[in-house]
Amino acid sequence: MADPIRWARYRWRRLVSAEGRDGSSSSSSSSSCDKCYNSSNMPGRHRIVIPCLGHFKEEYEKVSKLYMNNRIRTTKYTLFNFIPRNLFEQFHRAANLYFLFLVVLNWVPLVEAFQKEITMLPLVAVLTIIAVKDGLEDYSKYKLDKQINNLLTKVYSRKEKKYIEQCWKNVNVGDFIRLSCNEIIPAYIVLLYSTDPDGICHIETASLDGETNLKQRQVVRGYMEQISEIDPEKFSSRIECESPNNDLSRFRGFVEHSNKERVGLSRENLLLRGCTIRNTEAVVGIVVYAGHETKAMLNNNGPRYKRSKLEKRANIDVLWCVLLLILMCLIGALGHGIWLSSYSDLTPFNTPEPDGKSTPPVLAGFYMFWTMIILLQVLIPISLYVSIEVVKLGQIYLIQNDIDLYHEKTDSTIQCRTLNIAEDLGQIQYIFSDKTGTLTENKMVFRRCSIAGQEYCHEENAKRLDSYQEADSEDEDLTGALCGSLSHMPKQKVHSCRTVSGPLNSKSLNQLPGSALGGEDGVSNVSHSRHMAFSSPIETDVVPDAKLLEKFSQISYNVYAQLEETERESSLESVYITDFFLALAICNTVVVSAPNQPRQKLRLSSLGRTPIKSLEEIKQMFQRLSVRRLSTSPVPSTKESSSSDSPSTFVSKLSIFRVKLASPAMEAGTHMANETQDTEISQCAKVSLPEPLDRVDTAAGSEHCDAGSSLQQSMSKLCYEAESPDEAALVHAARAYKCTLQSRTPDQVTVDLAALGSVTFQLLHILPFDSVRKRMSVIVRHPLSNKVVVYTKGADSVIMDLLWTGPADDKSEMEQKKIKARTQKHLDDYARRGLRTLCIAKKVMSDAEYTEWLKSHFLAETSIDNKEELLLESTMKLESKLTLLGATGIEDRLQDGVPDTIEALRKAGIKIWMLTGDKQETAVNIAYACRLLEPDDKIFTLKSQSKDACVLLMNTILEDIQKSTYAKKNHSSKLTSVFPAPSTQAPEFSASLVVDGKTLEYVLLESLQSIFLELTERCRAVVCCRATPLQKSEVVKLVRNRLKVMTLAIGDGANDVSMIQMADTGVGLSGQEGMQAVMASDFAVSQFKHLSKLLLVHGHWCYTRLANMILYFFYKNVAYVNLLFWYQFFCGFSGTSMTDYWVLIFFNLLFTSVPPIIYGILDKDISAEILMQLPELYVTGQTSEAYSPPTFWITLLDAFYQSLVCFFVPYFTYHGSDIDIFSFGNPLNTAALFIILLHLLIESKTLTWIHIIVMIGSILFYFVFALTFGATCKTCNPPSNPYWIMEKHVTDPVFYLVCIITTCVALLPRYLFRVLQGALFPSPMLRAKHLDRLTPKEQREAIKKWKEDRIGKCSMGFQDTCTCSKSAEDASVRESADHSLYIPAAKTPFPTCPPGRHVSPRMLHKPVQDPLTSVGLLTL
Amino acid sequence: MKNKDNQSAQESNPRCPDSSAFKQQKLPAWKPKLTASTVLSSFFVIGLFCLLVGICLILSARSVNEIQIDYSDVCLNCSKLRESSSNWDKECNCFAHFTLQENMPGDIFMYYRLQNFYQNHRRYVLSRSDAQLLGQDVNIQNSYCAPFATYPNGTPMAPCGAIANSMFNDTVQLFYYVNSSTAIQVPLLKNGNSWWSDKNVKFRNPTSYNLSSAFAGTARPPYWQKPAYLLDEKDERNNGYINDDLIVWMRVSAFATFRNLYRRLSRTNQFADGLPAGNYTFHITYNFPVTKFQGKKQLVLSTITWSGGSNLFLGIAYTVSGAVIVLAGFVIAAIHLKRRKKKTYFQRHPK
Repeated sequence: MADPIRWARYRWRRLVSAEGRDGSSSSSSSSSCDKCYNSSNMPGRHRIVIPCLGHFKEEYEKVSKLYMNNRIRTTKYTLFNFIPRNLFEQFHRAANLYFLFLVVLNWVPLVEAFQKEITMLPLVAVLTIIAVKDGLEDYSKYKLDKQINNLLTKVYSRKEKKYIEQCWKNVNVGDFIRLSCNEIIPAYIVLLYSTDPDGICHIETASLDGETNLKQRQVVRGYMEQISEIDPEKFSSRIECESPNNDLSRFRGFVEHSNKERVGLSRENLLLRGCTIRNTEAVVGIVVYAGHETKAMLNNNGPRYKRSKLEKRANIDVLWCVLLLILMCLIGALGHGIWLSSYSDLTPFNTPEPDGKSTPPVLAGFYMFWTMIILLQVLIPISLYVSIEVVKLGQIYLIQNDIDLYHEKTDSTIQCRTLNIAEDLGQIQYIFSDKTGTLTENKMVFRRCSIAGQEYCHEENAKRLDSYQEADSEDEDLTGALCGSLSHMPKQKVHSCRTVSGPLNSKSLNQLPGSALGGEDGVSNVSHSRHMAFSSPIETDVVPDAKLLEKFSQISYNVYAQLEETERESSLESVYITDFFLALAICNTVVVSAPNQPRQKLRLSSLGRTPIKSLEEIKQMFQRLSVRRLSTSPVPSTKESSSSDSPSTFVSKLSIFRVKLASPAMEAGTHMANETQDTEISQCAKVSLPEPLDRVDTAAGSEHCDAGSSLQQSMSKLCYEAESPDEAALVHAARAYKCTLQSRTPDQVTVDLAALGSVTFQLLHILPFDSVRKRMSVIVRHPLSNKVVVYTKGADSVIMDLLWTGPADDKSEMEQKKIKARTQKHLDDYARRGLRTLCIAKKVMSDAEYTEWLKSHFLAETSIDNKEELLLESTMKLESKLTLLGATGIEDRLQDGVPDTIEALRKAGIKIWMLTGDKQETAVNIAYACRLLEPDDKIFTLKSQSKDACVLLMNTILEDIQKSTYAKKNHSSKLTSVFPAPSTQAPEFSASLVVDGKTLEYVLLESLQSIFLELTERCRAVVCCRATPLQKSEVVKLVRNRLKVMTLAIGDGANDVSMIQMADTGVGLSGQEGMQAVMASDFAVSQFKHLSKLLLVHGHWCYTRLANMILYFFYKNVAYVNLLFWYQFFCGFSGTSMTDYWVLIFFNLLFTSVPPIIYGILDKDISAEILMQLPELYVTGQTSEAYSPPTFWITLLDAFYQSLVCFFVPYFTYHGSDIDIFSFGNPLNTAALFIILLHLLIESKTLTWIHIIVMIGSILFYFVFALTFGATCKTCNPPSNPYWIMEKHVTDPVFYLVCIITTCVALLPRYLFRVLQGALFPSPMLRAKHLDRLTPKEQREAIKKWKEDRIGKCSMGFQDTCTCSKSAEDASVRESADHSLYIPAAKTPFPTCPPGRHVSPRMLHKPVQDPLTSVGLLTL
Repeated sequence: MKNKDNQSAQESNPRCPDSSAFKQQKLPAWKPKLTASTVLSSFFVIGLFCLLVGICLILSARSVNEIQIDYSDVCLNCSKLRESSSNWDKECNCFAHFTLQENMPGDIFMYYRLQNFYQNHRRYVLSRSDAQLLGQDVNIQNSYCAPFATYPNGTPMAPCGAIANSMFNDTVQLFYYVNSSTAIQVPLLKNGNSWWSDKNVKFRNPTSYNLSSAFAGTARPPYWQKPAYLLDEKDERNNGYINDDLIVWMRVSAFATFRNLYRRLSRTNQFADGLPAGNYTFHITYNFPVTKFQGKKQLVLSTITWSGGSNLFLGIAYTVSGAVIVLAGFVIAAIHLKRRKKKTYFQRHPK
């Protein structure tokens, strides 16, 4: 109720502050830089950053005041405003306001019911508890802020003319900051200088988004060329950029030099606060955003407030209670008026007002209304709200401590980011799941490729992967050893370096790098792989396809020789293969580093500047390649210093590589060597010699390998840090084919091409990947052909459309078409196998074309405002008319336990939708693999090109489904009539729907929504492919809003964020793709399989616990308050309380508050094991069985009954006696305490020592309190004096007798109900509860029985769990008889038993001994 | 086995939750089990217990001798006199005769019983000052006594408040006709009718050299005929605030119809065994008007037992609910047996 207010206020505050900020910055800009805005028609919301130096000083003073400094304060309160502000916040809760209103009301003398102070007590208690909680939270934030604010960094000081240490909080916009390696960035800084000669700086953004790979940042263009460090004194440019905003992925602006020359700024130039500088010695930059104006802070919206379904329901019932209260008060008011008017005269007991006047009955009745509201206030449970908070905290604590939700490999456990919707987990009806990284591991493994229409299936690689699968399931620790020693002998734990098996040397040798690492420094390897993304051995080790490797190794020498010549068939393929691998190696953003220092960028010290090795090295290399008869023609060129930007030298060098191979002979030789190696476990050094092909890896395999030059050593230890797992997989694949990416700098990429040696490509441009284009491109100058080549890699659907389609008559065109068609076939095949497909294409450009494009692209880059569109346009221009090289198939393996989880969730009655961006075939395949789709399912595909077609299609499908279900039903009913046995259980007809991305768009249109939903409701599973993030969230929204169901969205990547936020419950998977999904989620888990325990066990528990606790609270309050209400009938509706006020207040606050909280946290209706084994039990939560309107009203009725008993038994007992008012109240109170606590005992499913202690503690506390109060309080509580009453009563047998009979009679119906419920109509819950008590063996059998029962039920249509009527009994008898005919006796231990529909599982296993002692039906 | 794994995991992984039974929600728990044996035994045990207690209670309640004499009609003329407030100081006496058919042995308690007098009215209940009754010198202006706190001239009332003001002030004497002509007064005790704790702790007279000076500066409540320090002139220990009649009255009753202990029989001479059978007369000095609220006044002579007075309700309640519970037990047993039979039916026909 209060949250909308809170939210609105928050929005308002944000708005105000944003306006203020914008206003200030725009005014500043208009004053200082009118001209620039006029010249460049930009909206005037920019910020100007100028250093506080030199000639800017004056302007700086003016501008800087408007910008925030770097001090952050995330606390809500200060020491001074804590009390007022906290009270202000708290009184935004409707409940608190209500109680404040009551307190105020009690100060009105006319209606005062209690002492003024007493009414304040509950409110004060609640406010204090919450205030303490808020205060502690805020204090921890304050401490953290202080720590951050006092971090030190080096800021340039004008006075001292050097960088001095300053606290973060003293950093201002416009300051120059110098950071060294591994330092944390204090603010948003534009990078002006880096010690890196290429002007690059690497940052680690793990603290921001959790991504472990390094990001590159570039020095602003124009400053890159500087050799010496930038001198702040001489900095004379001004920086203009956007006003602070929260878009993390965008930064636009420009630097204007003193000569009015502008240089564009982009995200690439910005260092983000909180990130760490890596691999770079030192950087210098100027602060542009600081403190609260940084994007990260602007994005920090604080914790989210969600209200669970259960709480919403409870709020409705609170309103009912309000209504009830008003009704009761009205009765009181009317009664008082009538009672008063029955006396014509002033009576001695009708005490006049203090001023001596008496009130007329009507007015007195009016006053009485308010008095009664105060008196009966407890009906609105103030304690309920506090208790719910406490219980939720406890539940969350227990969820977070569940060891089953702990994932050892990542050392992460579940994170509950939203504290108050744990019970929603028990009511989920729809799950929307992402595919990649959620259902799958997101460990991309290169599986297959197709080059120039020729497929290479990599069978050996597949075998290797199978071995991982086994190894994975066997033991995780073994994998380290296994990845080295090959799959075939997993048990043979010989040191991997030497165990080589299989026919292919290449394969074995490719394992070596991994094994070497594992063998030499296994520990360090393991530890670093933990924080190195996408580099598990399963991903890095690729076994090349023999055929392809052969082809590739043959051609790499002579490809470029033939380039100039007329293209022949064979060479075309060769060119394709070479280009294909080059594209794999180059077309990415992978950063290369050495594994032993994972954060140290590998700078090929000798090679960085000289891409071609020195003559000596080449000679050495060739000598080692002695098996091959190389043409050892003298190398004409010794231009080691020639850099990549002088392509002419490359051409001249080509002649070196015109080598011929005597391949057949050599192949034989290698095979021989290999076999010998197999048998005799030889030294690695030996191995390396006869296997020149693989020298690189072998060399790495052993430190003793003499051949390993320093270069090769370092090469083997290359580590690739990729932004996406696909990229890493492709680079690793290329590496397996000796096309090794060696180093990458912003302007050049070095690739080691088998025997060709290192080749350096001049990197002209990178067009990074984005989800709109679904592709990325690199533009390089080919060192050999000296042409501009564009390599593009992207989704097949996109690339296929961009291919060059010329006239069909050309022969090469025909060839192209053929390749395209065949590749498409392969792609379809890959997709069917559930592989992720990528297409690789290239395009050769002339220099002129390139320069033209570059010009237009540069224009687009420097524009600030509609940069995105322009860039897109520009890239479109480039990425067209491509030549298809081939395609890759990457496998993304299913996560551990996904099929089981999905099956369990499905059995739990949850509908699962898969929303993925992948293509249809892949998605459907994964869906099959994870059992989302079953082989028996009838699958309908919704794929249409227009809206109308879509409607038509949906209608047809609907009809089809209806027909099928009808047919099935008919069929099955016929079947059951003939064979009414579960063995013939006709499987329910199940349909599944696959929706294509484009069709999804139509379906989401307003007019088609309802028919779509109708369709999906009839389907067991829905798979949406090619869905954009927005569509994902819209689908969730549609289902959530239209079907009014509880939804859960689970995903791991940034593209799932909107979906996660849209769903009622968002679950983030802390996988490989960073933290965005986790940040947006309510719960973050590390594995999909954890979902089943989270929902089936914790969700169920949290829901039933909280639901029962809320119901109990309502019961408790109504039962207790009604005692007061009934008394009104006997005191002239005058608002008298027969209980001492303190006891009245404490009764709720102290005596009966702890047991329900314990009950709410710890009660366990069914054990976790049973819940996991019988997911069907989850259904009770979905249908809100534990807390529905009927249960609420039944609870209230019970409360009314109990209060009636509790009041009238003592009333009639003491009627007419000389009992005084508070002595009458005492047994009432005591009996109520016993009733309320024992009621909880009846309702509790489990009792631990904690329960017992709390129960006994509560009762003891009550008596101790009452006795002490009674013994000490002579005048402390003037009107209602409890003096010595309890003392008197504890010696009075009648007191005990009254309490006992009252308790018995009050609880009898509920107890009887529970007993009869167990005996006559046991709910599945009760039956499951019973299973807990069995021995494990009995339990297994009982569960089996249960499941059979379920199946049987399916065939019969839904039948209630227990049938009592005679006919039903007969039916079941008949059925059981028939049933036994069809089930062989051997299969079930009790073949004669009916499917347990009305018989407890236990009964089936224990012969009856004695009607009383045997565990009969009542046990349930 | 798993625990061990977990422990070893914990050492290397600090974030791993520990596997204590509490955190894993595996605390050993007693699951209340509604088995046939427990349910049926609980029903029968409780039911039989209730029946037993109920019978005891009924027997005990029936052993109480009680006689109740309504004198609101007998003293109609007096009540009419009292209706007019101008006659407040005129004394009015009346007599109520009754006959005891049997001896009333044991301790005899004499109660006055009022009907329709809502002593539990909220403002009435509040209208007192416990501090004043404790003998403390308090400013009763701040208490809940108003409008019965002070007189218009500022003199505080002692005791203040509506409760004290409306104190029951009929005087009743009991006469026993030894024979048809001679009546002797039955000796009745004024003392010991209130709770010991009230008499000795909760009510105290203000300290002074004598009682009248202690009450100096205060005035009697408006309805009273004499000030508080003259409530029992004969007994210093029953005078002022610690007067038993006042104390008993100040313990406000829970219901509109109630009785308050007035006197106890002093078991001396021929009354040593209680009241003998015969004719008796209540000699009533009528002061307390009840016609305004359609009230009735009765006098009650009663013995008491451990279970209280003559109220049979508790006994009946126990008996009835005991019977119901036993019956329910039988019904459950019947259901249980029926179900059990069916089960055996299935087991007897294996195929």
